[in-house]
Amino acid sequence: MDITINTSFLPHTDPEESLAFYRDALGFEVRKDVGYADMRWITIGPAGRPDMNIVLTPPAADPGVTDDERRTIAEMMAKGTYASIMLATADVDGLFEKVAASGADVMQEPTDQPWGARDCAFRDPAGNTVRIQQQS
Amino acid sequence: MDEQRLRDLKLLRKVRDRMDREYAQPLNVEALARGVNMSAGHLSRQFKAAYGESPYSYLMTRRIERAMALLRRGDVSVTEVCFAVGCQSLGTFSTRFTELVGVPPSTYRNQATFETAGIPSCVAKQVTRPIRNREASDSEPQLA
Repeated sequence: MDITINTSFLPHTDPEESLAFYRDALGFEVRKDVGYADMRWITIGPAGRPDMNIVLTPPAADPGVTDDERRTIAEMMAKGTYASIMLATADVDGLFEKVAASGADVMQEPTDQPWGARDCAFRDPAGNTVRIQQQS
Repeated sequence: MDEQRLRDLKLLRKVRDRMDREYAQPLNVEALARGVNMSAGHLSRQFKAAYGESPYSYLMTRRIERAMALLRRGDVSVTEVCFAVGCQSLGTFSTRFTELVGVPPSTYRNQATFETAGIPSCVAKQVTRPIRNREASDSEPQLA
C-alpha cells in the first residue's frame, strides 16, 4: 500500500508574517487561504509538488482545547519549544543564503552534522523550528 | 493571554537561538543579556524559569554537544575541539564535559563508538544531546 504524507500543520500567530516567511522567503506557493483576520487556514507547498502541503493554522483553534492548554501552547510557541518541521533541498547553502537575506531568524548556519547530513535551521515568525536538510 | 509574558518568552527564545547559532563565539551571559536589554541576573533567572537551566548551563551543554560530535570523528584533538566549540579554558571544558557525559573528553574520543548514521538529524540531535544536571552515570549514551 502506497501512502504519502499529504498535509502537515504548523501554527501561526500572525498569518501575514508567516506568509512572508513561507511564501516570500522560502518560495512556497499559496494554494488555499480560508478564514478571516487571525483565524486563517493557509495551505502552502513547494511549486510542482501538489502532493505536499503544509497548512498554517491558528494555534489551538479546536474548541475542545481548554484555556489553560491554549495558554501553554502560546507560551511554548513563544519559547520555541512547540512545533517543528524538516524540509530538504538540493542546495541547502543556496537556500540558506536566500532565506537569511530575507531577515528570518537564523538558528543554525549550514553545518555538516556528524551523522552525515548537512543542514541549517530557521525560526519561523510563530516560533516553529524549520530545519532544512541537504538532499542526499 | 498575558501579552507581556509572551513577549518576554520570545526574548528568551532569541537568547537561546543565539546560543545555538553562536556557541562557538566567546559568548557570555553579560553579552547575551545586553542583546535583549536585560541585566545578566534577570536574564539568568527568567531563562532558568522558562527552560529549566541557566543560560550558562545551556550554552555549555550546547558546546559539549558539539564537542561530542567533533570528538566522534576521531581526527581532532581534545584541545582543538575545546577551542572550536567556543570554550576558552581547557580545564573548564574538561570538567564540564566529564560532568555531563560521564567520561573525560580524551576517553570519549578514544571510545568514539556511538553510531548515529542513518538516524534523522532531528532525532540524532536529541538522542546524542548530553544529559544535563549531571545525570550521566556511565559511558553509554542514553537513548530514552
